[in-house]
Amino acid sequence: MTQITTTETQARPELVARPGTWGSRLATGLATPGGAVFVLVGVLLVSIMISNPNFTEPGALIRFAGRTAPIAIVAMGQYYVIVSGEFDLSMAAVITTQVVLAGNFIGQDEGRIIPGLLLMLVVGVLIGLVNGLATTLLKVPSFIVTLGTMLALTGLVRYITGGAATGNPVDSFRQIGRGGIEDVPVVGIIPYPVIILLVLCVASVWLMRRPFGRTLVAVGDNPDAAHYSGTPLWWIKTRAFILSALSATVAGILLVGYAGVHPSVGMGYEFSAITAVVLGGVLLGGGRGWVLSAAAGAFALELLFLLLTSLGVPSTWRDTVQGLIIIAAVALAARAWQGARRPRRAVPKNSERPSTNQPDPGTTTGEI
Amino acid sequence: MTRVRKLTSTGIVYSVLLLAIVVGAILTASNDRNFFSTGNIDNILTTTTILGFIAIGQTLVILVGSLDLSVPFVVSLASVVGGGIMAGSSGKIVPAVLVTLGLAVVIGLVNGVVVSLLKVHGFIATLGMGLILSGYLASNYQGSSGTAPRAFRLLDATRIGPVPIATLLMLAAALLAIWMLRRTRLGHHLYAVGGNAEVARMSGVRTQVPVIAAHVLCSVLAAIAGLLLLARLGVGQPTVGSQGNYDLMSIAAVVLGGTLLAGGKGNITGTLAGVAIFAVLDNVMGVMQTNPFLKDVVRGVVIVVAVAVYARRDLDRRPARFERPTGLDAALQEAK
Amino acid sequence: MLRVRGLTKSFVGNVVLRDADLEVRPGQVLGLVGENGAGKSTLMKILAGVHQPDAGTIEIDGETVTFGHPVQAQQRGLSTVFQEFNLLPERSVAENIWLGREPRRRGMVDTAAMNRDTEELLAGLGITGLKASRRVRSLSVAEQQIVEIAKAVSFDSRIIQMDEPTAALADHEVELLYRIIGTLTARGVAIIYVSHRLKEIFALCDTITVLKDGEQVATSPAAELDEGRLVRLMVGRSMSSFFPDPFPDTTVGEPRLELRGAGNGYVDDIDLTLRGGEIIGVAGLQGSGRTELLEAIFGVAPLTRGDLLIDGSAVTVRTPRQAVRRGLALVTEDRKATGLAVHQSILDNALGVVHAVFPSRTGEARRAMPGMLSTLAVSARSMAQEAQFLSGGNQQKVVLARWLSTRPGVVLMDEPTRGIDVGAKHAIYEVMRSLAAEGVAVLMVSSELPEVIGMSDRILVMRDGRIAGELPRGSSEETVLGMATGSLEVAS
Repeated sequence: MTQITTTETQARPELVARPGTWGSRLATGLATPGGAVFVLVGVLLVSIMISNPNFTEPGALIRFAGRTAPIAIVAMGQYYVIVSGEFDLSMAAVITTQVVLAGNFIGQDEGRIIPGLLLMLVVGVLIGLVNGLATTLLKVPSFIVTLGTMLALTGLVRYITGGAATGNPVDSFRQIGRGGIEDVPVVGIIPYPVIILLVLCVASVWLMRRPFGRTLVAVGDNPDAAHYSGTPLWWIKTRAFILSALSATVAGILLVGYAGVHPSVGMGYEFSAITAVVLGGVLLGGGRGWVLSAAAGAFALELLFLLLTSLGVPSTWRDTVQGLIIIAAVALAARAWQGARRPRRAVPKNSERPSTNQPDPGTTTGEI
Repeated sequence: MTRVRKLTSTGIVYSVLLLAIVVGAILTASNDRNFFSTGNIDNILTTTTILGFIAIGQTLVILVGSLDLSVPFVVSLASVVGGGIMAGSSGKIVPAVLVTLGLAVVIGLVNGVVVSLLKVHGFIATLGMGLILSGYLASNYQGSSGTAPRAFRLLDATRIGPVPIATLLMLAAALLAIWMLRRTRLGHHLYAVGGNAEVARMSGVRTQVPVIAAHVLCSVLAAIAGLLLLARLGVGQPTVGSQGNYDLMSIAAVVLGGTLLAGGKGNITGTLAGVAIFAVLDNVMGVMQTNPFLKDVVRGVVIVVAVAVYARRDLDRRPARFERPTGLDAALQEAK
Repeated sequence: MLRVRGLTKSFVGNVVLRDADLEVRPGQVLGLVGENGAGKSTLMKILAGVHQPDAGTIEIDGETVTFGHPVQAQQRGLSTVFQEFNLLPERSVAENIWLGREPRRRGMVDTAAMNRDTEELLAGLGITGLKASRRVRSLSVAEQQIVEIAKAVSFDSRIIQMDEPTAALADHEVELLYRIIGTLTARGVAIIYVSHRLKEIFALCDTITVLKDGEQVATSPAAELDEGRLVRLMVGRSMSSFFPDPFPDTTVGEPRLELRGAGNGYVDDIDLTLRGGEIIGVAGLQGSGRTELLEAIFGVAPLTRGDLLIDGSAVTVRTPRQAVRRGLALVTEDRKATGLAVHQSILDNALGVVHAVFPSRTGEARRAMPGMLSTLAVSARSMAQEAQFLSGGNQQKVVLARWLSTRPGVVLMDEPTRGIDVGAKHAIYEVMRSLAAEGVAVLMVSSELPEVIGMSDRILVMRDGRIAGELPRGSSEETVLGMATGSLEVAS
């Protein structure tokens, strides 16, 4: 390390890594939109337990967690892309593709499970690579690129399947999605999806602490500064798209177990995932938010639907509730992250526009 | 290189359209069919009409720097509400149309206000609105609902020469929109706000007005598209909009037409060509008896390739001091 | 016709303008000069209606006015040509000029009239070669500047402020601007002209007002001043003791960075040798190519000709990433735009480059970071604090930490002390000295002449994208400024 010596300027005492006690840090964390979603999950959970006593059973809870795992995994995948300042509209199409792939490639042959899984992962990586490279190197907005991939994939899948349910992977493969470790005390069964979700949560947190994760958020926050720091923007963003496609692949594997093979599996997941991410306080446009908040956002959304059901609201109103939430969450989160007096962050699309000489009282530059 | 540079964006879009038509005509002819037959032209125009209406509205919204993902649900809503009020009676056509359009105005107003005053990004605001409407539709309408009277169905069935009257209506709407963009202050301000809201604000433009107006117009145009679908199908259908994928397809058509997704640059003529390119593609693939699902694959590829081509043209840098053609020198000479 | 009394403005406790008085009469050109941070821009922005003053009055024709919005100032006949262009690139010249007040006939925008008015307006300024229907994107910088001026004139303005209007113009284009200003003053329009280029000030202005550190130090008829006196009024202070001396163990070593006949679209004919242990200052006016020189070396706008040698071997640097890998560092001019990710923590920002380019060194850099931040005297609650809540000086120290943790051999600095307090400035000067003592080569761009003179072992002066000459340590501000403006030719 470069040794800097100063003669006159007083060195200050070393900065602590984090301020305050563990408790006070938790309190500040929960006050941000990324933390508030965990409070929301808690509140919803309690409300459901009150309105529906069946739900106090640990077994019911864990089965609910199992059902929610795919959407939570997709939300975490979408998080990588959104935090880097892009969109991925192709996630649902990737899920469908993988489900159909599993149904047709694996079929009733147990020996093809492992090659099948590998094939699905390779396909996932390829789709992410195409999305990422088209966005970064061809400079096509990710909204358009992933819209294109979505159309191409759904078209392809329907072409192959003829639009109807086809193929049925062997039961042991479907066990990944619907099975679990049985005869566990207290909860009865721990579904595999819950285990996979937990593993992915740990891995995601680890990844976001790695140089890659830190760079990813920095790219979303200020791509220009990242470029001047020698960040290969194209590769960082492309990796985010690959992660997102891989998450969709995992969700697809789980959904085969739940829902079987049909070209409509996964429909609507891209927007549900975006809703979950936004509900988790992650800022569209990038640079803000935590990966676990995205997963928590998915749980909050599903709990809300569950609560509505247990209150007797017909399930057809789900969309309406989701719509109201997404608008409210974004309107509130933008203000909460920014703090009351801070200048508003430009929306993502504006980043390419010429800068204006907007007065910024927060700056203390000489040329005021 | 220099030739390409001289072409305007719209020029490129129309060249692509021309290319599509030529290739389409050849492919159609190779299948022993006539691309320019009345029936085939009619088919293309019909496909163009509905998406055309929606894409015109979408162009306005994108130009002002927003997006509208709620259009398919406005289309569906218009079809069931319009059909419900008409209920097969021709005397109720006028009130039905008025109520439907009024409803669309309200929806657009809410979208616009959420975007411009609550500062929620258009993507989220209209995604949310779309979901809200979708929930309402799913809760209140199961299956088709309401019927269009014969008189109203004529709107879809009547042709002037080979041209359906609905297509003429769409072209009229396009002309109105072009006129609005070119000849009204609202139109000029729409471009200004989409291009750089801060510059517009500094010039004394009230930036909320164009945003709200664009959203209202977009919803109204989507509602008209919904009413046309009602006329075509004879019954209102709560899923007719989402089945058509009109949100993403209209955005794709707008972008294919050379409009910048970030706003501030583009025009309606380009959008019409974008819609027409899709229609020609569909038609040719139909004639070739391509699997309908492969159409989506082609569409997806076409959109990404087209936008990649436009993006190459729009790369701009600060003007160089050295190595640059001296553009001003001519002006200087004249000035002296 | 314009009279300003006692205008005062402060930002977050910092007084940036104190008690400014101005008076402008029809047909007069008032020059407003001062160093960076002297308060010129603040004064202009108050008059333009962008900022509101804390105290003081503005009178137009004897009537006190207040401007809450730029449009209000324009309506009172006072308009401003800002340094940054406020034009919409996708719209035509005419549409830009009349934005917000498009001429209408029977409710419709009268495009024909709009274009006609524009051509008349331009013709009135002596410009005939610029079509009203051309898209602004297709115009050169000089032409865009003309559009900005035409827009200002179109408000029937009687007072027009211009902020560094020649910064981006080549010499022959400046002539055109002079003629336009001549046309305007002949019509009785008053001009407030802000520029660093003293030659222009003397060529154009009747009266000159000098600001220094937010205060007005002189207002005098141009005829009573000469360049030398003006420069002394602008700088006039003794700062020598403020700059730390080189560390005693500093030795000038081997060349670490060399450029031979290098150039790209923005700079040309660059020859320079930067040795380890050296601090070289780059002076020059706004728009002279200083920042562009650093960006060319760092691969932001890569060199297209000539050779770049790092530690004696020829290399190509086509991206910032390659530059970083070759041991270069660039502290950019604008911390918020290109230096920091302000919503991230101090620690993440300080490790930003290591994360992005040398991920394998993260652990080592992270362990050293608390020590480095404390040596740099970064003042914050913790390393988890977001960079946006730091003062400018502390933000700049974080930027330095970000680069120092990559152990660079050559540090390029663009305005390293812009907008930061005196204490932080001093700390940054010490870091520079300390780097030199370790054999690092430092290339510093600065528009603050005392800083360039006080810190540099040699001074390169840039003009119009080329190196105009080299001056030895301890040259006077007058000499540097003279070479930068071209009023003084020194054989190098």
